Amino acid sequence: MQLLTFKRGIHPPDGKHLTENKPIEYLLPKGDLVYPMVQHIGAPCEPTVKKGDRVLVGQKIGEAKAYVSAPVHATVSGTVKNIAPMLHPNGDKILSVIVENDGLYEEHESIGPKGDYKNLSREQIIEIIKEAGIVGMGGAGFPTFIKLSPPPEKKIDSIIVNGAECEPYLTSDYRVMLEETDRVVTGLKIILKLFPEAKGYIAVEDNKMEAVKALLEETKNIDNIEVKLVKTKYPQGAEKQLIYAVTKREVPSGGLPADVACIVQNIDTVVAIHRAIVRGRPLMRRIVTVSGGAVKDPKNFKVKIGTSYRELVEAAGGLVSEPVKIISGGPMMGMALTSLDVPVCKGTSAILCLTKEEAELPEEQNCIRCGRCIAACPMNLMPLQLNQYAIHKEIDKFEAIHGMDCMECGCCSFVCPAKRHIVQSVRTAKKLVRSNKKNA
Amino acid sequence: MSVNKYTVSSSPHIRSKDTVQGIMGDVFIALLPAAIAGVWFFRFSALFIILISIASCVGAEAIWQKLTKQKVTINDFSAAVTGLLLALNLPPTVPFWIPIVGGVFAIIVAKQFFGGLGQNFINPALAARVFLLTSWTPQMTSWTLDGVTTATPLALLKEGALQLPSFTDVFLGNIGGCIGETSAIALLIGAAYLLYRRVISIRIPATFIGTVFILTWLIGRDGMFYSNAIYEIFTGGLILGAFFMATDYSSSPVTEKGQYIMGLGCGIITVVIRLFGGLPEGVSYAILIMNLAVPLIERYTMPKRFGEVKQ
Repeated sequence: MQLLTFKRGIHPPDGKHLTENKPIEYLLPKGDLVYPMVQHIGAPCEPTVKKGDRVLVGQKIGEAKAYVSAPVHATVSGTVKNIAPMLHPNGDKILSVIVENDGLYEEHESIGPKGDYKNLSREQIIEIIKEAGIVGMGGAGFPTFIKLSPPPEKKIDSIIVNGAECEPYLTSDYRVMLEETDRVVTGLKIILKLFPEAKGYIAVEDNKMEAVKALLEETKNIDNIEVKLVKTKYPQGAEKQLIYAVTKREVPSGGLPADVACIVQNIDTVVAIHRAIVRGRPLMRRIVTVSGGAVKDPKNFKVKIGTSYRELVEAAGGLVSEPVKIISGGPMMGMALTSLDVPVCKGTSAILCLTKEEAELPEEQNCIRCGRCIAACPMNLMPLQLNQYAIHKEIDKFEAIHGMDCMECGCCSFVCPAKRHIVQSVRTAKKLVRSNKKNA
Repeated sequence: MSVNKYTVSSSPHIRSKDTVQGIMGDVFIALLPAAIAGVWFFRFSALFIILISIASCVGAEAIWQKLTKQKVTINDFSAAVTGLLLALNLPPTVPFWIPIVGGVFAIIVAKQFFGGLGQNFINPALAARVFLLTSWTPQMTSWTLDGVTTATPLALLKEGALQLPSFTDVFLGNIGGCIGETSAIALLIGAAYLLYRRVISIRIPATFIGTVFILTWLIGRDGMFYSNAIYEIFTGGLILGAFFMATDYSSSPVTEKGQYIMGLGCGIITVVIRLFGGLPEGVSYAILIMNLAVPLIERYTMPKRFGEVKQ
């Protein structure tokens, strides 16, 4: 099978050996569940319940009030203890519904199979996905129903399921591809029903050959689905890079995948679509890798959204040493946390507790102009110059050399021998550009 | 509010193991074969110059940074590399104060005045060499080998001398010249190490040496196609300059295309000086002139961004 890839990128130490052979464990929550009203890109939800209400599994507790939004559902049955701002993995305090679990897991009446997807109309499928609160589960959290509703003038010919999982340490997508192969494929079939002229691709990095084998076996009699082998390289799973690897098309700067006739979906998202249609269950659970050198027994868990990070770390045997950093997501693009007392959200792919050796924050030195950042940048930018312009707040020059095209993948900071915090500075400059535009 | 125990910083949270010290250390290691060859052919005087030069550069950097109340960064090895490079660019018979003056000039004038590591727009060792060459020309252009005054092969070629050192002597370094520039084999071993360690790419040296080879052969000293181009690329400072000085990070382009232009420009200027200029050798001037063009080259060779929209 041909090995596809993109240009540039890096090879970070992958750390996947810690969890890749750990089957997914189902974990039930012990403590209260916290449901932030923002777990997606877009407008916050409004709580539909009030303190003291009894809620059931699958009951909608946060209503999307805008088009770009996604509803939130209870994942246990119990009583609403409070509605208050709570610490979110993104570092902000976000209005959240807190539910005391009664342990009965009594299901809401809305749960139930929606019938054979082959007999559902396009509109019905989109509506089910929308009502199920499904968002991109790779971390970005863009509402999936919008992604699946491109403007009619944009013809879609490729649906790419992103099984690259290029972030170090993460193995949740790998385990899903291995253990829930049929659901991944059925989920893709459902998406293909929406785009009958499109072809489905499942792109997997070549360090996950077991998953590739399982997927090949599952798809061998399906004409319009193809498994694509992509090179193990970071950021292979970045949307634009994956599209390039699979189709050799470049998403234009500032554009969307639909501009090159593609839609990319995360593995777990596709499984969520399968669950929403075939079993009639809204997005209530996800697979989370708990890993890092400070975790006693790194594992993959299937958990209910709203479960505390702390419970997951405890279920993985707790900490063997004091981590210097706790990360929500992968080590390349994840968020550093101040506390483990945050809830698992729709976009939580991993909880990493990294030791000093793994993630010590190095001291910055002068840029020596070695050019490694340029050789690593998958967007073909000049990170060393962006860094200078960002530091000196030369925003016009920053924009002129395409700073806004940076996707913050972290390759430049990773390779930098002078340990410069390039991405951090670029992030700040991008925010400045956006706020200037808004105020202009 | 409990005290936060965890580091909270922007992603990425993991970094490669490469360091500035490591890179500079690699360059230093790569220069050692040439330094050893220099000591072998030019004996104790070469070793003496090398040690003084390194000490002057490191000392100049430390004192300057102390005086200007900056963090002393001599442990990044960059000053030691400059010192070694400077020594390799000096004749083995220079008086002891030459490397001291050169080292101070390289570090303070060429490097620190412009902001220190990574900010200098010309190669400090080369700038110092040219400064010394123009200020103390007799000391900087007297060559001896085994105690006998001699001329460099390029000077002999320029004079039109009939008796030239053999190719074997040129390749091994048994000829008159600067401490570190004569032994092509030693330099190539060091260059191979730098390439293997991916400290430098082949782009600048290959285009530089390639251009010199082709132009020397094309134009020729004795008319077109009438010169021994292979002999000439191993003489003078070409191998040392192409692999170790034209590739200096801070004074060469960071863009891939720019690196080809750098090599090409260096090659053309070198050949023009060697064949038509008043001096026998032009590698140092070629690199320094191209150093000045680097910002311009970079501006016009920016990589095309991913997803560039066709206008």
